[in-house]
Amino acid sequence: MKKDIILAGVGGQGILSIAAIIGSAALDMGLYLKQSEVHGMAQRGGDVSSNLRIGDKEIASDLIAKGKADIVISVEPMEGLRYLPMLSSEGWLITNSTPFKNIPNYPEIDDLYTEIAKVHRHVMIDAEGIAKELGTAKAANVVILGAASAHLGISFESLENAIRRIFAKKGDAVVELNINALKAGRDFAEKNSHL
Amino acid sequence: MQKLLLLGDEAIAQGAIDAGLSGIYAYPGTPSTEITEYVQHSKEAQQKGIRCSWSTNEKTAMEAALGMSYAGKRAMVCMKHVGLNVAADPFINSAITGANGGMIIVSADDPSMHSSQNEQDSRFFGKFAMMPILEPSNQQEAYDMVHYGFELSEKYMIPVLMRITTRMAHSRAGVSRKSETRKQNEMKLPTDLRQFVLLPAIARRRYKGLLSNQELFEMESEKSVFNNYIDGADKKMGIITTGIAFNYLMENYPERVIPNPVLKIDQYPIPRKLVEKLYNECDELLILEEGYPLVEDMLKGFMANGKKIKGRLDGTVPRDGELNPNIVAVALGMTDTIGADVPGNVVSRPPALCTGCPHTDSYLALNEALIKLEPGRVFADIGCYTLGALKPLEAINTCVDMGASITMAKGAADAGLVPAVAVIGDSTFTHSGITGLIDAVNDKSPITVLILDNGTTAMTGGQNSAAQGRIESICRGIGVEEEHIRILKPLRKNHEENTQIMMEELAYNGVSVIIPRRECIVAIDKRVRAKAKIKAEDQA
Repeated sequence: MKKDIILAGVGGQGILSIAAIIGSAALDMGLYLKQSEVHGMAQRGGDVSSNLRIGDKEIASDLIAKGKADIVISVEPMEGLRYLPMLSSEGWLITNSTPFKNIPNYPEIDDLYTEIAKVHRHVMIDAEGIAKELGTAKAANVVILGAASAHLGISFESLENAIRRIFAKKGDAVVELNINALKAGRDFAEKNSHL
Repeated sequence: MQKLLLLGDEAIAQGAIDAGLSGIYAYPGTPSTEITEYVQHSKEAQQKGIRCSWSTNEKTAMEAALGMSYAGKRAMVCMKHVGLNVAADPFINSAITGANGGMIIVSADDPSMHSSQNEQDSRFFGKFAMMPILEPSNQQEAYDMVHYGFELSEKYMIPVLMRITTRMAHSRAGVSRKSETRKQNEMKLPTDLRQFVLLPAIARRRYKGLLSNQELFEMESEKSVFNNYIDGADKKMGIITTGIAFNYLMENYPERVIPNPVLKIDQYPIPRKLVEKLYNECDELLILEEGYPLVEDMLKGFMANGKKIKGRLDGTVPRDGELNPNIVAVALGMTDTIGADVPGNVVSRPPALCTGCPHTDSYLALNEALIKLEPGRVFADIGCYTLGALKPLEAINTCVDMGASITMAKGAADAGLVPAVAVIGDSTFTHSGITGLIDAVNDKSPITVLILDNGTTAMTGGQNSAAQGRIESICRGIGVEEEHIRILKPLRKNHEENTQIMMEELAYNGVSVIIPRRECIVAIDKRVRAKAKIKAEDQA
């Protein structure tokens, strides 16, 4: 098993929280992992990405080769499209639909949706909307992770356990909320995956 | 023991803690910052009493580390590549004095300039100083090399340079800790009372010692566990990799078997015999290096009259920028891979000052104050406020190195430029701005210096700033006139007043200092969150 995952978003959107949950679950399953992060200047509201690689054999490169990523998980619609050159022709684009507009020339959102719809395999999800229904928009990233969960090579149970470990300090209510967010994301993806 | 999931930076820090470190010294700089932060947050380091607070700049850090080594204890000093320029004087001389307690200098290079002004390769500095250099290819090696590096340092009484690059520093992987950790050294002063006295007569003797040790350093490289000759059947081409380039090579062979002979170099001086073996056995060589073509240039030589050497110099690999699996695939003659094109409507999203950032208000006032004063120019410095160069503010004209704002403004003022404005942050001011301000005061140069005081080292994640609320006393002490030290609060509602103050000081024919003071909003956010966390824990 080998999964190459690109996480994409805007500095400050917390894409590393998604990486932390996948990473914890992968380690729990005894898998190898490499995760390249962005620190420094780019974090100031610029586009950021992380290369997350998991597999049952030792991983060589910290960076994924172009055209070889199995999944692009994006917490922002334009940022997901930015990494299409990384995505393999059989890969999945899992993206949030809510734009993060911190630049004056942000494109027409419908044009971005049109481009997303052109991607062979994709899921587009209103993560904030779903998270708000569950109680807080803060769980949006976990909703997106839920939408990607079928394609990670990691059992759903392992992801749930990782959420329990990571959010344990914040109390049972927060753990429960995030597990519900994970499920809601998965349920949405089951009904709305475009092949 | 279960593996720890660590960044390369963190693996180095944990390695140092386990190898009997007594003190770590550093000024924050991407991608090196997390080494020191890891030690600062480590309970184990705290229990062991490891000294770990931030230094004012890389030079003070390097010298303090050398002092700890003088006293016989193990010291580490960490910086980004350009920080090594700041510390170059003690760095080069520390090879002449040598070490007493083990000393490792970590320099984190940033090829492709993700967060830097250049992509200089610290291995050249190591070679220049004639020190052994270690360059880990993965996180486990980074951990192990710290133990090895301290041993090497104490064996030959020489500081050792560890060179990493961004993808090593900021990538996580599982790391196994050693089952046995080392105790810290007891204090033990140098037995040779003149070892650290670099008077010419003594320095000449010590330098000869350093020169004669080069052969021994090379011998260590030849037998190092980190330098490996991996044989392959296809002798048409031999491959040399340095540091993480090895990973990109392996990535292109999913079965992890490379048909050609490979020499993996992670320790310098370059192991001559291993290179000779590869050269003699193969028809041509391909050199894969993360950084400048150091090994390639040495092998090729000026006349290039030996066998064909391929790499960055002949265009087989791009001359600049970091490596990746695709670049290496092309260099190996394989077919490149790429996914779909980026859709045309996707636009770039450059980093920007945060909403509510005090720097924005400072720049808006400065821009307005300068409107009527052509051809005024603004000399800026290194920090978040460098983003003021971009739209919509476009408020600054230079950014060169730490501290260059004040000195360049002074030089331009000397040439007749009026007004010449310097913009520098509080942490950069204490790092390298104070000495330049003394020059300006001594010359009564007509410059206006804005010291943007947000109370933190913001760009690298909010480390303590050495100024600690003492900026105006420092300026007064240097000799800036009291009435030309102006403190203001950069808020939108104070815009008119702030613009007025700036216009007054721009008109002054001497040194004025304006201190726009308002806490970094990211720092406030962090502080409030930390407070809430403590409160929540108390309640629980």
